[in-house]
Amino acid sequence: MMSKQVKKLSYGLVFVATACFLFWGPHLLSSYLLHVVILILFFSFLGSAWNVVSGYAGQFSFGHSAFFGVGAYLSSLLYVKSGISPWIGMLVGAVFAAGLGGFIGYLTFRYKLKGAFFALSTFAFSEMLRIIALNWSITGKAMGILIPLKEGGSFQAFQFIDKLSYYYIILLMVLCVLSVSYGLDHSKLGYYFKAIREDEEAAGSLGINILKYKTIALAISAFFTALGGTFYAQYMFYIDPDIAFGTNVTIEMILRTMLGGVGTVFGPLIGSAVLESMAEVIRSFLGEYKGVSLMLYAAMLIFVMIFFPHGLMGLVRRRPKEAADPIKR
Amino acid sequence: MNLLEIENVSKTFGGLIAVRNVTVYVERGEILGLIGPNGAGKTTLFNLISGATLPDSGSIFFEGKNVEAMADYQISQRGISRTYQIVKPFNNLTVLENVLVGAFNKIDSRKLAKEVSLDLLDFVGLYGKRDHTANRLTLAEKKSLELARALATQPKLILLDEVMAGLNPKEQTAAINLILEMNRKGMTLLVIEHKMKIIMSISKRIIVLHYGEKIAEGPPEEISRHPKVIEAYLGGKDAVA
Repeated sequence: MMSKQVKKLSYGLVFVATACFLFWGPHLLSSYLLHVVILILFFSFLGSAWNVVSGYAGQFSFGHSAFFGVGAYLSSLLYVKSGISPWIGMLVGAVFAAGLGGFIGYLTFRYKLKGAFFALSTFAFSEMLRIIALNWSITGKAMGILIPLKEGGSFQAFQFIDKLSYYYIILLMVLCVLSVSYGLDHSKLGYYFKAIREDEEAAGSLGINILKYKTIALAISAFFTALGGTFYAQYMFYIDPDIAFGTNVTIEMILRTMLGGVGTVFGPLIGSAVLESMAEVIRSFLGEYKGVSLMLYAAMLIFVMIFFPHGLMGLVRRRPKEAADPIKR
Repeated sequence: MNLLEIENVSKTFGGLIAVRNVTVYVERGEILGLIGPNGAGKTTLFNLISGATLPDSGSIFFEGKNVEAMADYQISQRGISRTYQIVKPFNNLTVLENVLVGAFNKIDSRKLAKEVSLDLLDFVGLYGKRDHTANRLTLAEKKSLELARALATQPKLILLDEVMAGLNPKEQTAAINLILEMNRKGMTLLVIEHKMKIIMSISKRIIVLHYGEKIAEGPPEEISRHPKVIEAYLGGKDAVA
Protein backbone atom coordinates (compact mmCIF):
# COMPACT_ATOMS: atom_id res chain seq x y z
CA MET A 1 0.00 0.00 0.00
CA MET A 2 1.24 3.42 -0.94
CA SER A 3 0.56 6.22 1.44
CA LYS A 4 -1.35 9.20 0.09
CA GLN A 5 1.70 11.45 0.10
CA VAL A 6 3.83 8.99 -1.82
CA LYS A 7 1.03 8.62 -4.33
CA LYS A 8 0.72 12.37 -4.71
CA LEU A 9 4.48 12.70 -5.09
CA SER A 10 4.62 10.02 -7.76
CA TYR A 11 1.77 11.65 -9.67
CA GLY A 12 3.67 14.92 -9.46
CA LEU A 13 6.83 13.30 -10.77
CA VAL A 14 4.99 11.69 -13.66
CA PHE A 15 3.45 15.05 -14.47
CA VAL A 16 6.78 16.89 -14.43
CA ALA A 17 8.44 14.15 -16.48
CA THR A 18 5.64 14.26 -19.06
CA ALA A 19 5.82 18.04 -19.25
CA CYS A 20 9.61 17.96 -19.73
CA PHE A 21 9.27 15.28 -22.36
CA LEU A 22 6.61 17.20 -24.26
CA PHE A 23 8.66 20.37 -24.04
CA TRP A 24 12.17 19.15 -24.84
CA GLY A 25 11.52 15.82 -26.53
CA PRO A 26 10.74 17.29 -29.95
CA HIS A 27 14.13 19.06 -30.03
CA LEU A 28 15.67 15.63 -30.61
CA LEU A 29 13.39 14.75 -33.52
CA SER A 30 14.27 15.08 -37.16
CA SER A 31 12.21 17.49 -39.22
CA TYR A 32 10.34 14.56 -40.77
CA LEU A 33 9.46 12.97 -37.43
CA LEU A 34 8.44 16.32 -36.02
CA HIS A 35 6.09 16.73 -38.96
CA VAL A 36 4.54 13.34 -38.16
CA VAL A 37 4.11 14.32 -34.52
CA ILE A 38 2.49 17.60 -35.54
CA LEU A 39 0.06 15.72 -37.81
CA ILE A 40 -0.78 13.31 -34.98
CA LEU A 41 -1.56 16.21 -32.67
CA PHE A 42 -3.39 18.14 -35.37
CA PHE A 43 -5.75 15.30 -36.27
CA SER A 44 -6.28 14.37 -32.65
CA PHE A 45 -7.29 17.98 -32.04
CA LEU A 46 -9.84 17.78 -34.85
CA GLY A 47 -10.99 14.37 -33.65
CA SER A 48 -11.57 15.71 -30.14
CA ALA A 49 -13.57 18.59 -31.56
CA TRP A 50 -15.73 16.22 -33.63
CA ASN A 51 -16.06 13.99 -30.58
CA VAL A 52 -17.96 16.68 -28.63
CA VAL A 53 -21.09 16.48 -30.75
CA SER A 54 -20.68 13.02 -32.27
CA GLY A 55 -19.16 11.14 -29.34
CA TYR A 56 -20.57 12.82 -26.26
CA ALA A 57 -23.91 14.05 -27.58
CA GLY A 58 -24.21 11.10 -29.99
CA GLN A 59 -25.14 13.16 -33.07
CA PHE A 60 -22.94 11.71 -35.78
CA SER A 61 -21.71 14.50 -38.06
CA PHE A 62 -20.36 13.77 -41.51
CA GLY A 63 -19.89 17.41 -42.42
CA HIS A 64 -17.34 18.78 -40.02
CA SER A 65 -15.18 19.96 -42.89
CA ALA A 66 -17.75 22.78 -43.14
CA PHE A 67 -16.42 24.23 -39.88
CA PHE A 68 -12.83 23.30 -40.67
CA GLY A 69 -13.09 25.13 -43.99
CA VAL A 70 -14.78 28.16 -42.46
CA GLY A 71 -11.88 28.50 -40.02
CA ALA A 72 -9.26 28.01 -42.72
CA TYR A 73 -10.87 30.35 -45.26
CA LEU A 74 -11.91 33.13 -42.90
CA SER A 75 -8.52 33.61 -41.25
CA SER A 76 -6.72 33.30 -44.59
CA LEU A 77 -9.03 35.76 -46.35
CA LEU A 78 -8.81 38.27 -43.52
CA TYR A 79 -5.02 38.05 -43.68
CA VAL A 80 -4.63 38.12 -47.46
CA LYS A 81 -7.27 40.77 -48.18
CA SER A 82 -6.99 43.09 -45.18
CA GLY A 83 -3.77 42.11 -43.44
CA ILE A 84 -5.52 41.09 -40.23
CA SER A 85 -3.37 38.77 -38.14
CA PRO A 86 -4.37 35.11 -38.51
CA TRP A 87 -4.43 34.90 -34.71
CA ILE A 88 -7.39 37.25 -34.73
CA GLY A 89 -8.74 35.56 -37.86
CA MET A 90 -8.53 32.25 -36.01
CA LEU A 91 -10.85 33.52 -33.30
CA VAL A 92 -13.18 35.21 -35.79
CA GLY A 93 -13.38 31.99 -37.78
CA ALA A 94 -14.09 29.94 -34.67
CA VAL A 95 -16.86 32.26 -33.51
CA PHE A 96 -18.35 32.32 -36.99
CA ALA A 97 -18.17 28.52 -37.21
CA ALA A 98 -19.85 28.22 -33.81
CA GLY A 99 -22.64 30.42 -35.12
CA LEU A 100 -22.90 28.29 -38.24
CA GLY A 101 -22.92 25.15 -36.07
CA GLY A 102 -25.70 26.62 -33.96
CA PHE A 103 -27.65 27.47 -37.11
CA ILE A 104 -27.24 24.02 -38.68
CA GLY A 105 -27.97 22.41 -35.33
CA TYR A 106 -31.13 24.40 -34.76
CA LEU A 107 -32.40 23.66 -38.27
CA THR A 108 -31.73 19.94 -38.19
CA PHE A 109 -32.48 19.16 -34.55
CA ARG A 110 -35.70 21.16 -34.59
CA TYR A 111 -37.03 18.73 -37.15
CA LYS A 112 -35.65 15.86 -35.11
CA LEU A 113 -33.22 14.66 -37.76
CA LYS A 114 -31.25 11.75 -36.39
CA GLY A 115 -28.63 9.20 -37.35
CA ALA A 116 -28.01 8.95 -41.07
CA PHE A 117 -30.38 11.84 -41.80
CA PHE A 118 -28.49 14.21 -39.55
CA ALA A 119 -25.16 12.98 -40.94
CA LEU A 120 -26.36 13.59 -44.50
CA SER A 121 -27.63 17.07 -43.63
CA THR A 122 -24.28 18.09 -42.21
CA PHE A 123 -22.62 16.62 -45.30
CA ALA A 124 -24.94 18.68 -47.48
CA PHE A 125 -23.88 21.86 -45.69
CA SER A 126 -20.19 21.10 -46.13
CA GLU A 127 -20.77 20.40 -49.83
CA MET A 128 -22.70 23.64 -50.19
CA LEU A 129 -19.78 25.56 -48.74
CA ARG A 130 -17.33 23.67 -50.96
CA ILE A 131 -19.28 24.62 -54.05
CA ILE A 132 -19.53 28.25 -52.94
CA ALA A 133 -15.75 28.36 -52.37
CA LEU A 134 -15.24 26.72 -55.75
CA ASN A 135 -17.25 29.36 -57.63
CA TRP A 136 -16.77 32.59 -55.72
CA SER A 137 -14.06 34.93 -56.95
CA ILE A 138 -13.35 36.24 -53.43
CA THR A 139 -12.39 32.76 -52.21
CA GLY A 140 -10.15 32.27 -55.23
CA LYS A 141 -12.33 29.62 -56.88
CA ALA A 142 -10.54 26.33 -57.59
CA MET A 143 -7.15 28.03 -57.22
CA GLY A 144 -7.75 28.43 -53.52
CA ILE A 145 -5.69 30.78 -51.40
CA LEU A 146 -1.91 30.88 -51.29
CA ILE A 147 -0.76 32.66 -48.18
CA PRO A 148 2.08 35.10 -49.00
CA LEU A 149 5.16 34.25 -46.99
CA LYS A 150 7.04 36.70 -44.83
CA GLU A 151 10.77 36.36 -44.90
CA GLY A 152 12.17 35.00 -41.66
CA GLY A 153 8.72 34.22 -40.32
CA SER A 154 6.59 36.39 -38.12
CA PHE A 155 4.64 35.65 -34.96
CA GLN A 156 2.08 38.29 -35.82
CA ALA A 157 1.48 36.63 -39.21
CA PHE A 158 1.35 33.13 -37.67
CA GLN A 159 4.32 32.09 -39.82
CA PHE A 160 7.33 30.24 -38.51
CA ILE A 161 10.47 28.90 -40.14
CA ASP A 162 10.95 26.09 -37.63
CA LYS A 163 8.44 23.32 -37.17
CA LEU A 164 9.04 23.43 -33.42
CA SER A 165 6.90 26.55 -33.06
CA TYR A 166 4.03 24.82 -34.81
CA TYR A 167 4.54 21.87 -32.53
CA TYR A 168 4.14 24.02 -29.43
CA ILE A 169 1.06 25.74 -30.83
CA ILE A 170 -0.75 22.52 -31.73
CA LEU A 171 0.37 20.96 -28.43
CA LEU A 172 -1.26 23.84 -26.58
CA MET A 173 -4.40 23.48 -28.69
CA VAL A 174 -4.57 19.74 -27.96
CA LEU A 175 -4.11 20.30 -24.24
CA CYS A 176 -6.90 22.86 -24.41
CA VAL A 177 -9.36 20.57 -26.20
CA LEU A 178 -8.43 17.67 -23.92
CA SER A 179 -9.28 19.76 -20.86
CA VAL A 180 -12.59 20.67 -22.46
CA SER A 181 -13.28 16.96 -23.07
CA TYR A 182 -12.26 16.15 -19.52
CA GLY A 183 -14.53 18.91 -18.26
CA LEU A 184 -17.39 17.48 -20.31
CA ASP A 185 -16.76 14.08 -18.78
CA HIS A 186 -17.29 15.55 -15.32
CA SER A 187 -19.84 18.32 -15.64
CA LYS A 188 -23.57 18.82 -15.89
CA LEU A 189 -23.24 19.85 -19.54
CA GLY A 190 -21.35 16.67 -20.43
CA TYR A 191 -23.78 14.44 -18.55
CA TYR A 192 -26.65 16.10 -20.38
CA PHE A 193 -24.91 15.41 -23.71
CA LYS A 194 -24.41 11.77 -22.77
CA ALA A 195 -27.98 11.39 -21.52
CA ILE A 196 -29.25 12.68 -24.86
CA ARG A 197 -27.01 10.19 -26.65
CA GLU A 198 -28.29 7.30 -24.56
CA ASP A 199 -32.04 7.98 -24.65
CA GLU A 200 -33.66 11.20 -25.79
CA GLU A 201 -37.11 10.47 -24.40
CA ALA A 202 -35.79 9.68 -20.94
CA ALA A 203 -33.48 12.70 -21.08
CA GLY A 204 -36.43 14.95 -21.91
CA SER A 205 -38.46 13.56 -19.04
CA LEU A 206 -35.61 14.50 -16.68
CA GLY A 207 -35.83 18.17 -17.61
CA ILE A 208 -33.25 18.29 -20.41
CA ASN A 209 -34.08 20.60 -23.31
CA ILE A 210 -32.93 18.30 -26.12
CA LEU A 211 -32.91 20.91 -28.90
CA LYS A 212 -30.95 23.40 -26.82
CA TYR A 213 -28.26 21.02 -25.64
CA LYS A 214 -27.75 19.34 -29.02
CA THR A 215 -27.34 22.76 -30.61
CA ILE A 216 -24.84 23.79 -27.93
CA ALA A 217 -22.88 20.59 -28.55
CA LEU A 218 -22.64 21.27 -32.26
CA ALA A 219 -21.65 24.91 -31.69
CA ILE A 220 -18.83 23.95 -29.29
CA SER A 221 -17.66 21.25 -31.66
CA ALA A 222 -17.70 23.66 -34.62
CA PHE A 223 -15.77 26.30 -32.65
CA PHE A 224 -12.81 24.00 -32.04
CA THR A 225 -12.91 22.45 -35.50
CA ALA A 226 -12.51 25.92 -37.02
CA LEU A 227 -9.44 26.62 -34.86
CA GLY A 228 -7.93 23.52 -36.43
CA GLY A 229 -8.78 24.91 -39.87
CA THR A 230 -6.75 28.07 -39.27
CA PHE A 231 -3.85 26.04 -37.92
CA TYR A 232 -3.84 23.94 -41.07
CA ALA A 233 -3.87 26.98 -43.34
CA GLN A 234 -0.98 28.56 -41.46
CA TYR A 235 1.02 25.34 -41.39
CA MET A 236 0.62 24.49 -45.08
CA PHE A 237 0.26 28.11 -46.37
CA TYR A 238 -2.22 26.85 -48.94
CA ILE A 239 -5.90 25.90 -48.98
CA ASP A 240 -8.36 25.09 -51.74
CA PRO A 241 -12.05 24.10 -51.71
CA ASP A 242 -11.35 20.35 -51.73
CA ILE A 243 -8.81 20.47 -48.94
CA ALA A 244 -10.88 22.77 -46.74
CA PHE A 245 -14.42 21.59 -47.36
CA GLY A 246 -13.85 18.12 -48.83
CA THR A 247 -14.63 14.80 -47.18
CA ASN A 248 -11.01 13.82 -46.54
CA VAL A 249 -10.57 15.88 -43.42
CA THR A 250 -13.97 14.78 -42.10
CA ILE A 251 -13.08 11.14 -42.64
CA GLU A 252 -9.75 11.61 -40.84
CA MET A 253 -11.54 13.05 -37.80
CA ILE A 254 -14.05 10.22 -37.72
CA LEU A 255 -11.62 7.35 -38.37
CA ARG A 256 -9.08 8.38 -35.78
CA THR A 257 -11.70 9.00 -33.13
CA MET A 258 -13.46 5.72 -33.82
CA LEU A 259 -10.20 3.84 -33.69
CA GLY A 260 -9.26 5.42 -30.37
CA GLY A 261 -12.70 5.37 -28.80
CA VAL A 262 -15.76 7.52 -29.47
CA GLY A 263 -16.97 9.57 -26.53
CA THR A 264 -13.75 9.25 -24.53
CA VAL A 265 -11.27 11.96 -23.56
CA PHE A 266 -8.11 10.31 -24.91
CA GLY A 267 -9.65 8.27 -27.73
CA PRO A 268 -8.95 10.80 -30.50
CA LEU A 269 -5.32 11.27 -29.40
CA ILE A 270 -4.58 7.55 -29.14
CA GLY A 271 -6.41 6.78 -32.37
CA SER A 272 -4.55 9.51 -34.19
CA ALA A 273 -1.17 8.37 -32.88
CA VAL A 274 -1.77 4.73 -33.82
CA LEU A 275 -3.21 5.48 -37.23
CA GLU A 276 -0.58 8.03 -38.22
CA SER A 277 2.32 5.79 -37.12
CA MET A 278 0.75 2.84 -38.88
CA ALA A 279 0.32 4.82 -42.07
CA GLU A 280 3.88 6.15 -41.97
CA VAL A 281 5.44 2.75 -41.31
CA ILE A 282 3.46 1.05 -44.06
CA ARG A 283 4.26 3.84 -46.47
CA SER A 284 7.97 3.76 -45.77
CA PHE A 285 8.23 -0.03 -46.25
CA LEU A 286 5.76 -0.51 -49.07
CA GLY A 287 5.72 2.91 -50.64
CA GLU A 288 7.16 1.65 -53.92
CA TYR A 289 4.27 -0.74 -54.50
CA LYS A 290 1.57 1.76 -55.25
CA GLY A 291 -1.74 1.05 -53.54
CA VAL A 292 -0.48 -1.83 -51.38
CA SER A 293 0.02 0.47 -48.42
CA LEU A 294 -3.55 1.73 -48.71
CA MET A 295 -4.89 -1.82 -48.91
CA LEU A 296 -2.97 -2.87 -45.82
CA TYR A 297 -4.10 0.25 -44.04
CA ALA A 298 -7.74 -0.51 -44.85
CA ALA A 299 -7.38 -4.15 -43.78
CA MET A 300 -5.97 -3.09 -40.43
CA LEU A 301 -8.82 -0.63 -39.94
CA ILE A 302 -11.41 -3.31 -40.64
CA PHE A 303 -9.65 -5.62 -38.21
CA VAL A 304 -9.77 -3.01 -35.46
CA MET A 305 -13.43 -2.18 -36.11
CA ILE A 306 -14.43 -5.83 -35.89
CA PHE A 307 -12.45 -6.79 -32.82
CA PHE A 308 -12.47 -3.51 -30.87
CA PRO A 309 -15.87 -1.94 -31.55
CA HIS A 310 -15.39 0.46 -28.63
CA GLY A 311 -12.02 1.54 -29.94
CA LEU A 312 -8.68 1.11 -28.27
CA MET A 313 -9.92 2.95 -25.18
CA GLY A 314 -12.46 0.15 -24.78
CA LEU A 315 -9.58 -2.12 -23.81
CA VAL A 316 -8.59 -0.03 -20.82
CA ARG A 317 -12.03 1.03 -19.65
CA ARG A 318 -12.32 0.93 -15.89
CA ARG A 319 -14.09 -2.03 -14.41
CA PRO A 320 -16.18 -1.56 -11.28
CA LYS A 321 -14.65 -2.84 -8.08
CA GLU A 322 -17.48 -5.18 -7.29
CA ALA A 323 -16.04 -7.05 -4.35
CA ALA A 324 -14.93 -3.93 -2.53
CA ASP A 325 -18.36 -2.32 -2.63
CA PRO A 326 -20.39 -2.32 0.54
CA ILE A 327 -24.01 -3.33 0.00
CA LYS A 328 -25.32 -0.56 2.21
CA ARG A 329 -23.99 2.86 2.97
CA MET B 1 -56.72 23.27 -5.31
CA ASN B 2 -55.68 19.83 -6.47
CA LEU B 3 -52.09 19.16 -7.46
CA LEU B 4 -53.06 17.91 -10.91
CA GLU B 5 -56.30 18.43 -12.78
CA ILE B 6 -57.01 16.82 -16.12
CA GLU B 7 -60.13 18.12 -17.84
CA ASN B 8 -61.82 16.48 -20.82
CA VAL B 9 -58.57 15.40 -22.40
CA SER B 10 -58.67 13.48 -25.68
CA LYS B 11 -55.99 11.99 -27.90
CA THR B 12 -56.35 10.03 -31.12
CA PHE B 13 -53.69 8.28 -33.15
CA GLY B 14 -54.95 8.08 -36.71
CA GLY B 15 -58.34 6.42 -36.39
CA LEU B 16 -57.68 5.05 -32.91
CA ILE B 17 -59.09 6.98 -29.98
CA ALA B 18 -56.52 6.35 -27.25
CA VAL B 19 -57.98 8.69 -24.65
CA ARG B 20 -61.52 10.11 -24.86
CA ASN B 21 -62.77 12.99 -22.73
CA VAL B 22 -60.99 11.89 -19.59
CA THR B 23 -61.28 13.99 -16.46
CA VAL B 24 -59.06 13.10 -13.52
CA TYR B 25 -57.75 14.97 -10.52
CA VAL B 26 -54.88 14.09 -8.21
CA GLU B 27 -54.87 15.36 -4.64
CA ARG B 28 -51.71 16.45 -2.93
CA GLY B 29 -50.13 13.63 -0.95
CA GLU B 30 -52.24 10.75 -2.24
CA ILE B 31 -51.46 7.55 -4.11
CA LEU B 32 -53.89 7.44 -6.98
CA GLY B 33 -54.22 4.13 -8.80
CA LEU B 34 -54.80 3.98 -12.53
CA ILE B 35 -55.95 0.61 -13.87
CA GLY B 36 -57.52 -0.82 -16.97
CA PRO B 37 -57.12 -3.70 -19.42
CA ASN B 38 -54.42 -3.67 -22.11
CA GLY B 39 -54.83 -0.79 -24.53
CA ALA B 40 -57.08 1.17 -22.19
CA GLY B 41 -55.03 4.34 -22.67
CA LYS B 42 -53.17 4.39 -19.37
CA THR B 43 -49.72 4.98 -20.79
CA THR B 44 -51.10 7.50 -23.30
CA LEU B 45 -52.57 9.43 -20.39
CA PHE B 46 -49.11 9.38 -18.77
CA ASN B 47 -47.55 10.64 -21.98
CA LEU B 48 -50.07 13.48 -22.09
CA ILE B 49 -49.37 14.49 -18.50
CA SER B 50 -45.58 14.31 -18.87
CA GLY B 51 -45.57 16.21 -22.15
CA ALA B 52 -44.24 13.36 -24.26
CA THR B 53 -47.30 13.80 -26.50
CA LEU B 54 -49.69 16.73 -26.85
CA PRO B 55 -53.45 16.27 -26.35
CA ASP B 56 -55.87 16.96 -29.22
CA SER B 57 -58.26 18.71 -26.88
CA GLY B 58 -58.84 19.36 -23.19
CA SER B 59 -56.65 20.95 -20.56
CA ILE B 60 -54.22 19.85 -17.89
CA PHE B 61 -53.49 21.99 -14.85
CA PHE B 62 -50.53 21.41 -12.57
CA GLU B 63 -50.56 23.51 -9.40
CA GLY B 64 -53.20 25.64 -11.08
CA LYS B 65 -51.05 26.34 -14.16
CA ASN B 66 -51.91 25.28 -17.69
CA VAL B 67 -49.34 22.71 -18.78
CA GLU B 68 -50.93 20.73 -21.61
CA ALA B 69 -49.00 22.57 -24.33
CA MET B 70 -45.63 22.37 -22.58
CA ALA B 71 -42.70 20.24 -23.70
CA ASP B 72 -41.56 17.30 -21.62
CA TYR B 73 -38.51 19.06 -20.17
CA GLN B 74 -40.58 22.06 -19.06
CA ILE B 75 -43.04 19.82 -17.26
CA SER B 76 -40.21 17.95 -15.61
CA GLN B 77 -38.72 21.24 -14.45
CA ARG B 78 -42.10 22.18 -12.98
CA GLY B 79 -42.15 19.04 -10.89
CA ILE B 80 -43.64 16.03 -12.66
CA SER B 81 -41.39 13.04 -13.12
CA ARG B 82 -42.03 9.57 -14.47
CA THR B 83 -40.79 6.05 -15.00
CA TYR B 84 -41.36 3.94 -18.10
CA GLN B 85 -43.25 0.70 -18.55
CA ILE B 86 -40.47 -0.40 -20.89
CA VAL B 87 -37.44 0.77 -18.97
CA LYS B 88 -35.22 3.45 -20.51
CA PRO B 89 -32.01 3.59 -18.51
CA PHE B 90 -28.95 5.37 -19.91
CA ASN B 91 -27.30 2.04 -20.66
CA ASN B 92 -23.69 3.10 -21.09
CA LEU B 93 -23.62 5.35 -18.07
CA THR B 94 -23.03 4.05 -14.57
CA VAL B 95 -25.88 3.67 -12.11
CA LEU B 96 -24.67 6.73 -10.22
CA GLU B 97 -24.36 8.80 -13.42
CA ASN B 98 -27.92 7.86 -14.39
CA VAL B 99 -29.24 9.35 -11.18
CA LEU B 100 -26.86 12.33 -11.44
CA VAL B 101 -28.49 13.36 -14.71
CA GLY B 102 -31.81 13.53 -12.89
CA ALA B 103 -30.34 15.41 -9.96
CA PHE B 104 -28.94 18.10 -12.26
CA ASN B 105 -32.56 19.13 -12.93
CA LYS B 106 -32.57 21.19 -9.74
CA ILE B 107 -28.91 21.15 -8.65
CA ASP B 108 -26.02 22.65 -10.63
CA SER B 109 -23.16 21.67 -8.32
CA ARG B 110 -21.78 18.25 -9.16
CA LYS B 111 -20.72 17.58 -5.58
CA LEU B 112 -24.16 18.29 -4.19
CA ALA B 113 -25.88 16.38 -6.99
CA LYS B 114 -23.66 13.39 -6.25
CA GLU B 115 -24.58 13.43 -2.57
CA VAL B 116 -28.29 13.54 -3.36
CA SER B 117 -27.88 10.76 -5.92
CA LEU B 118 -26.01 8.49 -3.51
CA ASP B 119 -28.72 9.00 -0.90
CA LEU B 120 -31.36 8.02 -3.42
CA LEU B 121 -29.40 4.96 -4.54
CA ASP B 122 -29.20 3.96 -0.91
CA PHE B 123 -32.97 4.46 -0.65
CA VAL B 124 -33.76 2.17 -3.59
CA GLY B 125 -31.06 -0.34 -2.64
CA LEU B 126 -28.63 0.19 -5.50
CA TYR B 127 -25.83 1.87 -3.57
CA GLY B 128 -23.63 -1.21 -3.88
CA LYS B 129 -23.93 -1.18 -7.66
CA ARG B 130 -23.38 2.53 -8.16
CA ASP B 131 -20.32 2.04 -10.39
CA HIS B 132 -21.86 -0.61 -12.64
CA THR B 133 -23.01 0.43 -16.06
CA ALA B 134 -26.80 0.38 -16.20
CA ASN B 135 -26.98 -2.29 -18.90
CA ARG B 136 -25.63 -4.86 -16.43
CA LEU B 137 -28.56 -4.51 -14.03
CA THR B 138 -31.47 -6.94 -13.73
CA LEU B 139 -34.94 -5.77 -14.75
CA ALA B 140 -35.92 -5.18 -11.12
CA GLU B 141 -32.77 -3.15 -10.59
CA LYS B 142 -33.37 -1.14 -13.73
CA LYS B 143 -36.85 -0.28 -12.47
CA SER B 144 -35.42 0.80 -9.13
CA LEU B 145 -32.85 2.86 -11.00
CA GLU B 146 -35.58 4.64 -12.95
CA LEU B 147 -37.34 5.34 -9.69
CA ALA B 148 -34.19 6.86 -8.17
CA ARG B 149 -33.54 8.86 -11.33
CA ALA B 150 -37.10 10.22 -11.35
CA LEU B 151 -36.90 11.08 -7.65
CA ALA B 152 -33.59 12.87 -8.22
CA THR B 153 -35.36 15.57 -10.23
CA GLN B 154 -37.12 16.46 -6.95
CA PRO B 155 -40.65 16.13 -8.32
CA LYS B 156 -43.89 17.06 -6.62
CA LEU B 157 -45.75 14.38 -8.52
CA ILE B 158 -44.33 11.13 -9.75
CA LEU B 159 -45.90 8.91 -12.40
CA LEU B 160 -45.10 5.22 -12.06
CA ASP B 161 -45.84 3.10 -15.13
CA GLU B 162 -46.10 -0.55 -14.08
CA VAL B 163 -43.07 -0.68 -11.84
CA MET B 164 -44.12 -4.14 -10.60
CA ALA B 165 -44.43 -5.81 -14.00
CA GLY B 166 -41.86 -8.53 -14.45
CA LEU B 167 -40.77 -8.56 -10.83
CA ASN B 168 -40.88 -11.64 -8.61
CA PRO B 169 -42.99 -11.56 -5.42
CA LYS B 170 -40.04 -10.63 -3.23
CA GLU B 171 -39.03 -7.77 -5.50
CA GLN B 172 -42.68 -6.67 -5.66
CA THR B 173 -42.87 -6.41 -1.89
CA ALA B 174 -39.71 -4.31 -1.90
CA ALA B 175 -41.19 -2.04 -4.57
CA ILE B 176 -44.46 -1.66 -2.66
CA ASN B 177 -42.53 -0.70 0.45
CA LEU B 178 -40.58 1.89 -1.55
CA ILE B 179 -43.78 3.42 -2.89
CA LEU B 180 -45.36 3.58 0.55
CA GLU B 181 -42.18 5.04 2.01
CA MET B 182 -42.06 7.73 -0.69
CA ASN B 183 -45.68 8.57 0.04
CA ARG B 184 -44.98 8.77 3.77
CA LYS B 185 -42.30 11.34 3.00
CA GLY B 186 -44.96 13.46 1.31
CA MET B 187 -44.68 12.43 -2.34
CA THR B 188 -47.81 12.38 -4.49
CA LEU B 189 -47.99 9.37 -6.78
CA LEU B 190 -50.04 8.38 -9.77
CA VAL B 191 -49.54 4.67 -10.27
CA ILE B 192 -50.39 2.48 -13.24
CA GLU B 193 -50.57 -1.11 -12.17
CA HIS B 194 -51.80 -4.27 -13.78
CA LYS B 195 -52.10 -6.36 -10.68
CA MET B 196 -55.41 -5.47 -8.99
CA LYS B 197 -54.37 -6.92 -5.66
CA ILE B 198 -51.33 -4.69 -5.40
CA ILE B 199 -52.99 -1.48 -6.47
CA MET B 200 -55.91 -2.08 -4.10
CA SER B 201 -53.54 -2.47 -1.20
CA ILE B 202 -51.61 0.76 -1.75
CA SER B 203 -54.09 3.34 -3.02
CA LYS B 204 -57.19 4.76 -1.38
CA ARG B 205 -58.64 5.89 -4.68
CA ILE B 206 -58.62 4.22 -8.08
CA ILE B 207 -59.46 5.34 -11.61
CA VAL B 208 -60.45 2.75 -14.20
CA LEU B 209 -59.89 3.34 -17.91
CA HIS B 210 -61.40 1.19 -20.66
CA TYR B 211 -61.01 1.85 -24.38
CA GLY B 212 -59.79 5.34 -23.58
CA GLU B 213 -62.70 6.27 -21.38
CA LYS B 214 -62.97 6.61 -17.64
CA ILE B 215 -65.55 4.04 -16.57
CA ALA B 216 -65.19 4.15 -12.79
CA GLU B 217 -63.59 6.06 -9.96
CA GLY B 218 -63.59 5.47 -6.24
CA PRO B 219 -62.15 3.55 -3.29
CA PRO B 220 -60.82 0.02 -3.95
CA GLU B 221 -63.77 -1.84 -2.39
CA GLU B 222 -66.21 0.03 -4.61
CA ILE B 223 -64.09 -0.51 -7.72
CA SER B 224 -63.81 -4.25 -7.20
CA ARG B 225 -67.62 -4.54 -7.08
CA HIS B 226 -68.31 -2.06 -9.87
CA PRO B 227 -70.26 -3.86 -12.63
CA LYS B 228 -68.61 -1.92 -15.47
CA VAL B 229 -65.16 -2.80 -14.13
CA ILE B 230 -66.00 -6.46 -13.82
CA GLU B 231 -67.35 -6.41 -17.34
CA ALA B 232 -64.24 -4.67 -18.69
CA TYR B 233 -61.88 -7.13 -17.06
CA LEU B 234 -63.89 -10.29 -17.68
CA GLY B 235 -65.23 -9.32 -21.10
CA GLY B 236 -68.92 -9.02 -20.19
CA LYS B 237 -71.48 -11.62 -19.18
CA ASP B 238 -71.48 -13.37 -22.51
CA ALA B 239 -67.78 -13.90 -22.47
CA VAL B 240 -67.76 -15.59 -19.07
CA ALA B 241 -67.77 -19.24 -19.93
